[in-house]
Amino acid sequence: MVTKIMSWFDERLPITATIERHLTKYPAPINMNIWYLAGFLLIVVLVIQLLSGIWLLMNYEPTAEGAFASIQYIMRDVQYGWMIRYMHTTGASAFFALIYLHMFRGMMYGSYQKPRELLWVVGWFTYLLLCALGFTGYVLPWGQMSFWAAQVIMSLFGSIPFIGEELLTWIRGDYLISGITLTRLFALHVVLLPLALIAVIFVHILALHEVGSNNPDGVDVKKFKDEDGVPLDTKPFFPYDIMHDLYAIGVFLIFFCFIMFFYPDGGGYVIEYVNYEPADNLKTPDHIVPSWYYTPYYAMLRAITFPLFGLSAKFLGFVVMAAGIAIFVALPWLDRSPVKSIRYKGVYSRFFLALFVLSFFVLGYLGSVAPSPIRTVLAQFFTFTYFAYFLLMPIYSKYEKCKPVPERVTLS
Amino acid sequence: MRLLTLVLLLFSANFVAESSAPCGNYIGDDLDHIGTCDDAKVDATDIASLQRGAQLYMNYCLGCHSLKYSRYKRVAEDLDIPLELFKENLIFGDQKLGDLITIGMEPKEAKAWFGNTPPDLTLEAGLRGPDWIYTYLKSFYVDESRPLGVNNMVYENVGMPNVLFNMQGEQRSVCREVPSKASNGGLKQDPLTGKILSIEKCGFLEIVAGTGEVTKEEFDESMRDLANFMAYMTDPAKVERETVGFYVILYLIMFTILAFMLYREFKKDLH
Repeated sequence: MVTKIMSWFDERLPITATIERHLTKYPAPINMNIWYLAGFLLIVVLVIQLLSGIWLLMNYEPTAEGAFASIQYIMRDVQYGWMIRYMHTTGASAFFALIYLHMFRGMMYGSYQKPRELLWVVGWFTYLLLCALGFTGYVLPWGQMSFWAAQVIMSLFGSIPFIGEELLTWIRGDYLISGITLTRLFALHVVLLPLALIAVIFVHILALHEVGSNNPDGVDVKKFKDEDGVPLDTKPFFPYDIMHDLYAIGVFLIFFCFIMFFYPDGGGYVIEYVNYEPADNLKTPDHIVPSWYYTPYYAMLRAITFPLFGLSAKFLGFVVMAAGIAIFVALPWLDRSPVKSIRYKGVYSRFFLALFVLSFFVLGYLGSVAPSPIRTVLAQFFTFTYFAYFLLMPIYSKYEKCKPVPERVTLS
Repeated sequence: MRLLTLVLLLFSANFVAESSAPCGNYIGDDLDHIGTCDDAKVDATDIASLQRGAQLYMNYCLGCHSLKYSRYKRVAEDLDIPLELFKENLIFGDQKLGDLITIGMEPKEAKAWFGNTPPDLTLEAGLRGPDWIYTYLKSFYVDESRPLGVNNMVYENVGMPNVLFNMQGEQRSVCREVPSKASNGGLKQDPLTGKILSIEKCGFLEIVAGTGEVTKEEFDESMRDLANFMAYMTDPAKVERETVGFYVILYLIMFTILAFMLYREFKKDLH
């Protein structure tokens, strides 16, 4: 009976084929390690954000007059409103923490190399959309930091030569950040950007399942197959990987709920204290700090303190910041190494990857504190080393001595 | 290598360069760290303290500072105050229990009187922290040069009058002889006599004896209650949140153990 119903459907919609292709027969390399969890957990966080977002939307009021009070209404008068909101704020930070781990995994094991270039590019788009979602969402509570962060970020467009001022007014929809700006960011945050994000993630997974997952050794698992044509060093995603991921979800949610229920402010990192004050366009906060996940790029923006070739320092800072985010997309073409994984790459690749991580963290710290002359010099130095990882890659990855790559995956 | 050393040096210098003083010029017990706030020791489960804090707030603060995101009824219920009692003693004017805690003062007029509109304080403890509020309330002192005759050690030249003057009494900023510190951190001594040298330091707060309605200790305790109440006001769901959180995490730990055992069973297939 069940088989009959299934075949009725299968003749009209490829249900069984899809389940097999993406779940029960999707070959996952057996040597995948803890770094491979981030991708799965990102999907979990996406679901958390979509659900909590819908419930927040039921009580949020997207006007300059009502936004701040409506957040407090959610926190106080809506039953378990605090839980829904903290879920969303903690989720935003978790989203970025996980996507950074996910990207780093790709960089470490060369997951962007042929044939996964497009997979990487699509993934980079999800990161871009996430940045936009984070920014637009941050403005919605309409606190002091919401307002002034929007002011700083949007004013960057004003630094573009010739068209800047007009462009800025067009983006804001007003001559200053106002309720009009708020409503348009709201529309982007709840409709356009999430729709685009879901679409891009869908394509990301389709592309992944076309080329197959990479693994820590960076070897092609499809080279050796058994008599049924199943790659030898793989296991079916369902149920083996799912079981592993289920256990990982548990561990992840324990951390997540610990922050959400016991430290929802995250020490000022998840929710900044200045945002406890409603937006006031006449009162600038002492120092304006973006959310922790943007601080490396904010440090880059502030590191450029000198005009060059007739372009303002602000515009150049904007360009450097944008380049810092954009340059990831070029990785597949910058890497000339014959091997994928850092396990078999040479000493220069290891050095520059370590330097990149160090630069990212130091810039992240510098972006979160008030600037000083010493800090500016540091930010300039580490902006330089950040880019060195990418721009010198065609040279060091080509000429370094790599270790021999095994034929099949290794299990530690 | 030289470059790396330079970078490390610069980096360590950047930590030394800045020290922030969240509590302005306040001198607490620790003379080495001027501007450190006193610990308000907030405790969201100390209902008696919260009740006293609410009473103080309604009587001394609510005239100028609204709590406009909160409702009377919620406060009464959270603080275990019977609704009738709350209505009779803590709601002034014709406001109802279900109303938001607003005030009748016009922001425009207030600005004319004090130079600035007194802010709503629902979220003040989130913005500045309860320790700041506690220290600030204790730090008013007589300063004839100011329009209202008082100044504050934590918030210099603040526009707020010392509404708790009668309760606390007359507090003055005084100078004291304190042991002088050598650059190595030890106490400076006279090289001949070995006597410890002292210098005069100003900005200590001292209450003129007999001018207040309560003792200094009682006053500090009351300010602690008030700071505690304001911490509650910012985060009224704290106790509930942590209780729910405990059970959620307990459940997740059990779930994770089961998921791990299941994973281990499946793993056996692979080898």
